[in-house]
Amino acid sequence: MAEEFEPRIVAFLCRWCSYTGADLAGTSRIKYPANVVPIKVMCSGRVDPTFILKSFADGADGVLVCGCHPGDCHYNEGNYNMQKRVPMIKDMLKGFGIEGERFRLDWVSAAEGDKFAEVVTEMTDEVRKLGPLNWKEIKEAVK
Amino acid sequence: MSEPRIGVYVCHCGTNISQTVDIADVCGFSKTLANVALVKEYKYMCSDPGQETIKVDVEKNKLTHIVVSSCSPLMHEGTFRGAVENAGLNEYLFQMANIREHVSWVTEDKIKATEKAKKLIAAAVRRVVKHQPLKPTEVDINPDTVVIGGGIAGIEAALTIANAGKKVYLVEKDSTIGGHMAKFDKTFPTLDCAACILTPKMVSIAQNRNIELMTLSEVEEIKGFVGNFTVKIRKKARYVDEELCTGCGDCEKFCPVKNVPNEFEENLSNKKAIYRAFPQAVPAVYAIDMAYCKRCGVCVKKCGKNAINLDAKDEVLEVRAGNIIVATGYDLYDNKKYLEKYGYNTYENVLTSLEFERYTHASGPTGGKVVKKDGTEPEAVAILHCVGSRDVNANEHCSRICCMQSLKFGHLVKEKVPGAEVYNLYIDIRAFGKGYEEFYKRCIHEDIHFIRGKGAEVIDTALTKDEQGKLIIKVEDTLLGEIRRIPVDMVILSIGMEPSKSASRIASSLSLSRSKDGFFLEKHPKLAPVATATDGIYVAGAAQGPKDIPDTVAQANAAAGAVLSIINKGRVLLESVTSTVESSKCAGCKLCISVCPYQAIEFSDEDKASRIIEAMCKGCGTCVAVCPSGAITQKGYLDGQIFEEIEGILQKV
Ligand SMILES: Cc1cc2nc3c(=O)[nH]c(=O)nc-3n(C[C@H](O)[C@H](O)[C@H](O)COP(=O)(O)OP(=O)(O)OC[C@H]3O[C@@H](n4cnc5c(N)ncnc54)[C@H](O)[C@@H]3O)c2cc1C
Ligand code: SF4
Ligand code: SF4
Ligand code: FES
Repeated sequence: MAEEFEPRIVAFLCRWCSYTGADLAGTSRIKYPANVVPIKVMCSGRVDPTFILKSFADGADGVLVCGCHPGDCHYNEGNYNMQKRVPMIKDMLKGFGIEGERFRLDWVSAAEGDKFAEVVTEMTDEVRKLGPLNWKEIKEAVK
Repeated sequence: MSEPRIGVYVCHCGTNISQTVDIADVCGFSKTLANVALVKEYKYMCSDPGQETIKVDVEKNKLTHIVVSSCSPLMHEGTFRGAVENAGLNEYLFQMANIREHVSWVTEDKIKATEKAKKLIAAAVRRVVKHQPLKPTEVDINPDTVVIGGGIAGIEAALTIANAGKKVYLVEKDSTIGGHMAKFDKTFPTLDCAACILTPKMVSIAQNRNIELMTLSEVEEIKGFVGNFTVKIRKKARYVDEELCTGCGDCEKFCPVKNVPNEFEENLSNKKAIYRAFPQAVPAVYAIDMAYCKRCGVCVKKCGKNAINLDAKDEVLEVRAGNIIVATGYDLYDNKKYLEKYGYNTYENVLTSLEFERYTHASGPTGGKVVKKDGTEPEAVAILHCVGSRDVNANEHCSRICCMQSLKFGHLVKEKVPGAEVYNLYIDIRAFGKGYEEFYKRCIHEDIHFIRGKGAEVIDTALTKDEQGKLIIKVEDTLLGEIRRIPVDMVILSIGMEPSKSASRIASSLSLSRSKDGFFLEKHPKLAPVATATDGIYVAGAAQGPKDIPDTVAQANAAAGAVLSIINKGRVLLESVTSTVESSKCAGCKLCISVCPYQAIEFSDEDKASRIIEAMCKGCGTCVAVCPSGAITQKGYLDGQIFEEIEGILQKV
């Protein structure tokens, strides 16, 4: 039997809520798939759409962005700003032939270690179902 | 510039990391990464010898950058930055890879854990090469402090700081300070009178020249950062001038409005529209409840000091402070449906714990007598523990005080109605504090019955003659293994604690996180129990989690100590994460100005470009992400640095 496909997912976590929430999943010893590897940013508002595109271009099968819940952003509205970018990001991905499900924005508070683990597990399962993106190859072929 | 020489340190964290992550494999991999000059593993990198190694290696191996892969940067970034600085490098030429919280503790499969650790280290190694030496911004500390909440926590914290000679603004939403403790007659486990220990402290607040007390006041907005907060406070109209009022009470005598629910008495009695919560209230002056006032003007005429003004308006004040302590306390769980199960609001002799506190209070609605609504003494009283606590249908947490408070109630019933039978219905007795077990023993010897089982229901349908006219509690006695029916005349519900009703408002105006149970989240449960994730904001007392008075006072002093320590230092270092606009690249679209939550960006007509005022930028990076011209950069979070992390994570490991 072929080995199960292990998706590669890059996550951008805001420092105040979601990175702390992910730390809490750790201190609570909640187990989740190792496919999602995080990068810390100060706020989800810092997540430039180019970060997302670059991740896909460099071989990611999925990109996850987590920030504080609406109303809880440490900088008041950074997460709203990120949320506003989502339709644009999805459109852009569509243009490249990338399924919208490969990108996800979710809210994880500093107290939600369990939710972080859930989001990561769901995302991994979903992207696993979609299969590898192989965008690198798509890009090469287009050239 | 000469080639970078990176030192990579892989920590075992005892066995916390090494149990799941193959350290040798990770080290071998790290050696293959570009620019890595040295790889070392060690049991505890954060220990003195661990930190010392970095120092020795930097010198001996001419290292230029350091990567430590260990726990979360939120835990030890400061520690290692210090070590890097000690080693003679700029502290920002450093990056952490979190292979404990994000890897070894959350991954079952060792091979996958090891792979993920490698990715994180690759990301950190690539990123750190792009780090530039930075200097943390140093700011002066405003020596004034705002304390929010005037319960015993806020009172104690304010006094400690003020007694050190520093100014405190104490902001309380009610007309008096004192919080819940002011409602109690006796306090466990010593049974000393609450007023005797609390009122002297309240008076000290009123008399201390370093304390500016603001009652009927709430914080509306906070701006700024540690050392330099601006706090907007709404001082609601009191309609009685605090300076002029002598507290004589002439106004109250003549006020015709008598039907105002008395919240201080848990609505067990009424008060006048012009009122003072209780005789020892601080400030000791009157206030008018405008929701009920008829504006007849009688009080205005009766006041010999001309202190009353029915047209007074709310005031909004702005104060500046270097630090803030949140001490907003708790409220009792009050889900009506849930409490109905226990006959609350249906049967008049079912009381909440706070109502019973007022029953036992000498100046309460019954003059300190434990009596039923009809004025007669109860023959049997049941005290139900854990109402709304330790219950997935209400609050999962233990409220920590209900056991002891229930024991106290049992003792007080026995003292006031000597012949009465008292039943304590409990899940577990948690008598954990100093002197608590002894108090429990004492109650057992006072002939209080203890039934192990959570009260399921309170009803009044009698099945036997003994049950006629009684309240019947259904309970599964888990020691006897049978369902029992206990007939009593009075039921006291030991209701659990929840965060103060205002906690969500406070959380959003101060950008504070809350834990699952809704209480404010501390920076670290063990090592930083009164700090929050935001520097300069502290939390103390029941606002942080359910607790008794001794623990509340201990936390209040801990928070006050932390604040005094910063004030004493006079300056504080802020993380360098601010953004800047490269004016030659700016196209002048002003998008950044529209998204900055702090109005930190202005447009310079001279440069035809946006400009960020560094002192106002808090470093969220939103402007960087929206700038279509790529004209903005954020220190410590440069695009190039994040690109390297992406590549590191996605490289072959
Ligand atoms: C029935 C009962 C009996 C108890 N008996 C005992 C006992 O015998 N011994 C013991 O050790 N402990 C006892 N406790 C526990 C005790 O009440 C708490 O430990 C203590 O009151 C906690 O103090 P605090 O200042 O943190 O909170 P609180 O007493 O709740 O005070 C908080 C204060 O903050 C104010 N506030 C809230 N929100 C705002 C806002 N947004 N802005 C401004 N002000 C605000 C409130 O009005 C209040 O004055 C008992 C508790 C209960 C329920
Ligand atoms: S968003 Fe960029 S280009 Fe537009 S005004 Fe701001 S700095 Fe200039
Ligand atoms: S990073 Fe930009 S948007 Fe954020 S506070 Fe600073 S100037 Fe404002
Ligand atoms: S700080 Fe968490 S989303 Fe802004």
